[in-house]
Amino acid sequence: MRIELLWWEGCPSHPEALEELERILEEEGADADVELVEIESEEQAQAERFAGSPTIRIDGEDPLPSQEGTPFSLTCRIYRLRDGRISPTPDSDDLREAVRRAL
Amino acid sequence: MTLAIGDTAPAHELPDTDGKQHALHEDGTTTVVVFTCNHCPYALAWHDRLAGVADDYDVRFLAVNPNDAERYPGDSYEAMQKRVAEENWTIPYLRDEDQEAARAFGAQTTPDVFVLDGEGRLRYRGAPDSDHRDPSQDAVWLREALDAVLAGEDVARPETDPVGCSVKWK
Repeated sequence: MRIELLWWEGCPSHPEALEELERILEEEGADADVELVEIESEEQAQAERFAGSPTIRIDGEDPLPSQEGTPFSLTCRIYRLRDGRISPTPDSDDLREAVRRAL
Repeated sequence: MTLAIGDTAPAHELPDTDGKQHALHEDGTTTVVVFTCNHCPYALAWHDRLAGVADDYDVRFLAVNPNDAERYPGDSYEAMQKRVAEENWTIPYLRDEDQEAARAFGAQTTPDVFVLDGEGRLRYRGAPDSDHRDPSQDAVWLREALDAVLAGEDVARPETDPVGCSVKWK
């Protein structure tokens, strides 16, 4: 399993997302390291289809697709938690389900 | 430039979503100025808590969007008007088009909260509370600061680190 965490320095949420992702990977027994990919320009954001920081990819796919029409740009990503609240990081249960699907 | 605790805030007037001009401080009135925006998850996560403070305290409460709307169209004046209408805002939502107010205050993030006393002096600056994920925090750092200012007392915690998305400079 290949896992990438794409991040942008203008948004402070990626350390929290990385910590949560690594915790879930360990709890699920996933033998995978997280590759950190810094997005540094609008051109790179377009090329990487970067919907905001943090974006997590598992085997090249975004398991938590953003709302259709979300532009690719240097921005902070908006996630919805399962209780409806807005969050800068994914819902832990959504992330865990995504990891389980990939195992 | 960053406004320090005790400094007098610079005089700025900015338009709200109806075009009405608002001074960022008025003599004799405690004012909360929150730099915020439409597209940042931190600003959105804290919004209801901040609106609750505006409802609960007899102070002027101003939200200011300083972001570059060319790169972030979701923060355009039109997008601000749409949001105010859709969400029935009671807080004036001001556009800092040339970003001069944000620079003068030293705003770093959205949100970034500033409390000015009746003489326009900065009495609190920072985050609304310690955790954007926990609604029960209820903007307690801001509330504590307002309680102190309105009681004529020193603010026990006058500065905290602002947390959020970086201001999108032009």
